[in-house]
Amino acid sequence: MRAVITVIGKDMVGILAKISTICAEYNVNVSDVTQSVLQDMFAMIMMVDISKMTIGFSEFSDKLGEQGKALGLSVHCMHEDIFNSMHRI
Amino acid sequence: MINVSDILETISMIQDENLDIRTITMGISLLECCDSDIDRACEKVYDKITRKAQNLVKTGDEIEKQYGIPIINKRIAVTPISMLLASSKGDPVKYALAMEKAAKECGVNLIGGFSALVHKGFSAGDLELIQAIPEALNVTTRVCSSVNIGSTKSGINMDAVKLMGGIVRRSAELTADRQCVGATKLVVFCNAPEDNPFMAGAFHGVGEPDCVINVGVSGPGVVRCALAKAGIACDITAVADVIKKTAFKITRMGQLVAYEASKRLDVPFGIVDLSLAPTPAVGDSVAHILEEMGLEQCGCHGTTAALALLNDAVKKGGVMASSHVGGLSGAFIPVSEDAGMIAAAESGVLTLEKLEAMTAVCSVGLDMIAIPGDTSEEIISAIIADEAAIGMVNSKTTAVRVIPAIGLDVGDHLEWGGLFGSAPVMKINKTSPAVFINRGGRIPAPLQSLKN
Repeated sequence: MRAVITVIGKDMVGILAKISTICAEYNVNVSDVTQSVLQDMFAMIMMVDISKMTIGFSEFSDKLGEQGKALGLSVHCMHEDIFNSMHRI
Repeated sequence: MINVSDILETISMIQDENLDIRTITMGISLLECCDSDIDRACEKVYDKITRKAQNLVKTGDEIEKQYGIPIINKRIAVTPISMLLASSKGDPVKYALAMEKAAKECGVNLIGGFSALVHKGFSAGDLELIQAIPEALNVTTRVCSSVNIGSTKSGINMDAVKLMGGIVRRSAELTADRQCVGATKLVVFCNAPEDNPFMAGAFHGVGEPDCVINVGVSGPGVVRCALAKAGIACDITAVADVIKKTAFKITRMGQLVAYEASKRLDVPFGIVDLSLAPTPAVGDSVAHILEEMGLEQCGCHGTTAALALLNDAVKKGGVMASSHVGGLSGAFIPVSEDAGMIAAAESGVLTLEKLEAMTAVCSVGLDMIAIPGDTSEEIISAIIADEAAIGMVNSKTTAVRVIPAIGLDVGDHLEWGGLFGSAPVMKINKTSPAVFINRGGRIPAPLQSLKN
């Protein structure tokens, strides 16, 4: 089971490190990372494997949200099915 | 691998363009709750609703978290209560109170089904239920009521039309101290769908399974943004294509949520309703889609054509995205719940007559419209009759949810806040249709009904 973590906001040092630390803490494996910086806006998309995650999806999503708030970034974690169903037939 | 631009598109639809699932509605059959003792029947109603829907809100919240898509409402629709009243007799308000208590226990904000189907005539329980509607809506906050007074197959029950003018008015009068809120929860239908997930008109039809999950999507903001991106250079065919593609994506999401809710609650999936349902929030307006197409303001000449195009393209895009489509499925045009409609009504560009024309080409009818407080019962009945005639002849659902603004007149406002929004009192034609309405009887079913 995979999920997509998106991080959008102002670029700064340590975004990837802080988000992946949370992933590691709950046994979430990061399988792919794409990031781009448009002027100083930062957009990162992480594909993660949540099948061996040690907490519930809601709690994990909340943890990421809290971290995002602390960094002043918008961080979302969504199950991959939503993207598959919207953009694939 | 999912494409980055697809991911960002979905995120911006949700974050910036108000994409959401408007409602997950659980339909629950109460036929097994019939009892000759009304108190025992009410107990059974409460028990069954709370048993079936105990996890509805929790499950909705979990799905919302997992997919990151807001699910605005979780609601319940039940078998028309007049059917239970037929066996039990007694005070129908008791059923409304049992529904209210069950809805509160389940944590849902609205419960539909204080309803009667009288399109061909009144059977046991129907008349008593209809007469109790104003009081039921007065003593409850979550209960919604609907009455079906006509259909393409059966014609229009003009006795019921006459009756409903007074019921709508009394529902507003009894709640005059609360912005006439009673009338916002009462819908008078022609060709009422049995699987509509949207309030206030939702009820659980008799042909439905014991329990079912229906989902209503939303997304006017997404459609408007897609049209804005397409620009003004594209022709109408391209406009229709943009709407279709967007509706497809919105509906796929609805289908996913419906499937997931049905699996988690272990309740069969019924339908996805492909309606573009607006909210008073900025950027979530159907009127603004029409204006994006090139109308100076919603209500000007050209509005009906633009709405017809929108309504058709939404269905064409959505129908392939879902395994079962039903309910109302089309664009909604509730005045008080749509920032663009409110503005157009206030400026006088959007009139009741234009709204009536628009209802001939979209999914519902005259919805959430405040009318002057001194409007007579006969005029309300005549408004209902006109709408029902449009529905009957065009084999489509039409509905009337007008709110007589007791003590107020054109220029005043009714304010409910939240999803119900605020309604400017609209001018109506006060010439009397009283003799026509007071004749009673039945408008015969039109030739369109003879399809066999």
